[in-house]
Amino acid sequence: MQRTANKLSADLSGWLLSAPIALVLAVFLLAPIAMIVIVSFWGATEYSIYPDFQFENYEFLLGSSVTYRVFLNTFKYAAATWAITLVVGFIVAYFLAFHVRSLKWQVALFLLCTIPFWTSNIIRMISWIPFLGRNGLANSLLLSTGVVDEPVEWLLFSDFSVILAFVHLYTLFMIVPIFNTMIRIDKSLIEAAVDAGASGLQTVWHVVIPLAKPGIMIGTIFVVTLVMGDFITVRFMSGSQSANMGRMIQNDIGLLQYPSASATAVILLVTVLLVIGILLRFVDIRSEL
Amino acid sequence: MRAKNDLELVALSKRYGETIAVDTISYRFAAGTYACLLGPSGCGKSSTLRMIAGHVSVSDGNIILGGADITDLPPAKRGTAMMFQNYALFPHLNVVENVEFSLRMKGVDGPTRRQRANALLEIVDMVNFADRIPAQLSGGQQQRVALARALITEPQVLLLDEPLSALDPFLRIRMRAELKRLQREFGITFIHVTHTQEEALALAEEIVVMNEARIEQAGKTREVFDAPRTAFAARFLGSHNVITMPEGKIAVRTDAIEITAPDAAHMQGAITNIEYAGTHVTLTAVIAGDQEITAHLTDKEFFATPREFGELVGLEWNRQAAHKLDA
Repeated sequence: MQRTANKLSADLSGWLLSAPIALVLAVFLLAPIAMIVIVSFWGATEYSIYPDFQFENYEFLLGSSVTYRVFLNTFKYAAATWAITLVVGFIVAYFLAFHVRSLKWQVALFLLCTIPFWTSNIIRMISWIPFLGRNGLANSLLLSTGVVDEPVEWLLFSDFSVILAFVHLYTLFMIVPIFNTMIRIDKSLIEAAVDAGASGLQTVWHVVIPLAKPGIMIGTIFVVTLVMGDFITVRFMSGSQSANMGRMIQNDIGLLQYPSASATAVILLVTVLLVIGILLRFVDIRSEL
Repeated sequence: MRAKNDLELVALSKRYGETIAVDTISYRFAAGTYACLLGPSGCGKSSTLRMIAGHVSVSDGNIILGGADITDLPPAKRGTAMMFQNYALFPHLNVVENVEFSLRMKGVDGPTRRQRANALLEIVDMVNFADRIPAQLSGGQQQRVALARALITEPQVLLLDEPLSALDPFLRIRMRAELKRLQREFGITFIHVTHTQEEALALAEEIVVMNEARIEQAGKTREVFDAPRTAFAARFLGSHNVITMPEGKIAVRTDAIEITAPDAAHMQGAITNIEYAGTHVTLTAVIAGDQEITAHLTDKEFFATPREFGELVGLEWNRQAAHKLDA
């Protein structure tokens, strides 16, 4: 009897322990997603929405060439941001993990990387505007040093400024996981590679990158999902001149077209999940968690 | 007599800031010897090995191999190869890829390096494991792979950093024999760092006892064991009693001590410990001045006249068996 009672209470405590997170996820993640999926099949007029089960939202979305252009733009931002944050993140993480010898300095420099995060996303983003503008700091500098004769127009409200802001905002999400896997690489492996005659670059390519792959993958997932789901950066930094999926959804919501916004959101969600699914096929990140 | 591939350390020093890890040591390892650097942890033996390997910069002095000064050459250009304490196999590469790594870095083509790697795996008896990754191998197997990986660079000197310390005692003895066999087969110099005297005695033709950044004593293993110069060397090599006599310290081998009747004996002591180990018995007795003396008796000697704890016994040794220590 005692044993069954213990078993019961063990089962019970298991359920109780997992209940809070299960509840949070159910209320704040699963329910809203279910709601979005349901609403995406609803109908809408200019002034009202009504429950229904029809595919019009999807038909309209997938039948329009605008959608594909915006889709392409979303991928373009994601790919460019990913490539740049990867290179920058890898180099910073490599420096921190292999060139900074003392733990004290590693921690100090690492905290330094996080300082920009002490202010909000939007402030960090907006602070680029006076810097990059037509009469901004960057242009004055270029003009006064004689690099250019006229102010450079593409610095602000362009793909360049959007990607710059993304890189600024999200590089840390690449640095952290890569640094985390690199710090766990046994230093004697590097020595063993050097002992076998590998040059610095060969060591990085044949030893460090393969062993840092899980971190690279986790960082990639962070950056790709953040960029694909973003709308505010694109809006501010492109001066509302380019669009991505997030902007489309935001527009629909502004026009109270919730069913159409929901359909776009579902498509975006599916796309992001597919991308992550493909990434996970390459690397088993569970071994790292 | 200088052979072509002798490895010579000339007044070699390593300083880390204020601390001196290795203090002007000089020694010549004859080509093709199995040598052990023996000493307690922190004595500078690992630093010495890593300086020879080129993984640690030399503060002062020179390293000469085969007549060439290799002090400042990069690790792969010195004619040395290192086997790391935890083997440092690349976890993402399989056995054969690990072994052929240095050839791949040199740009040797696939089939050639595969062939050479397989030849070495043959020697260390690991051909059947060529496709496994290191995590799927036992400690002993990992060590064989690490050996093959080091030997594929065709070094003149193989440097082994505590190679047996990660293995269980049974495997340790087997791998010991394996190391000796490989050294004979390749005919190159092996320099093996260890803190275990038993390992050093079993393997080494030459032994370098280190203590506090200096060489305490070095030479042919038997000569060092038979005639330790200092109390430290005598104690660290084991099987020696270091006894303070009025005329100075002497060392007497534990198997040279005879247990006799107390009355007429040269020295008297009370037995404080008796350890039976099958083929022999180890007796410990305390003599005047609170000095412990250990006697190593064969089981036949001991059981011919068994002794009890606390019993007063005489301790005798042949005058020739005792020799004076310098320090």
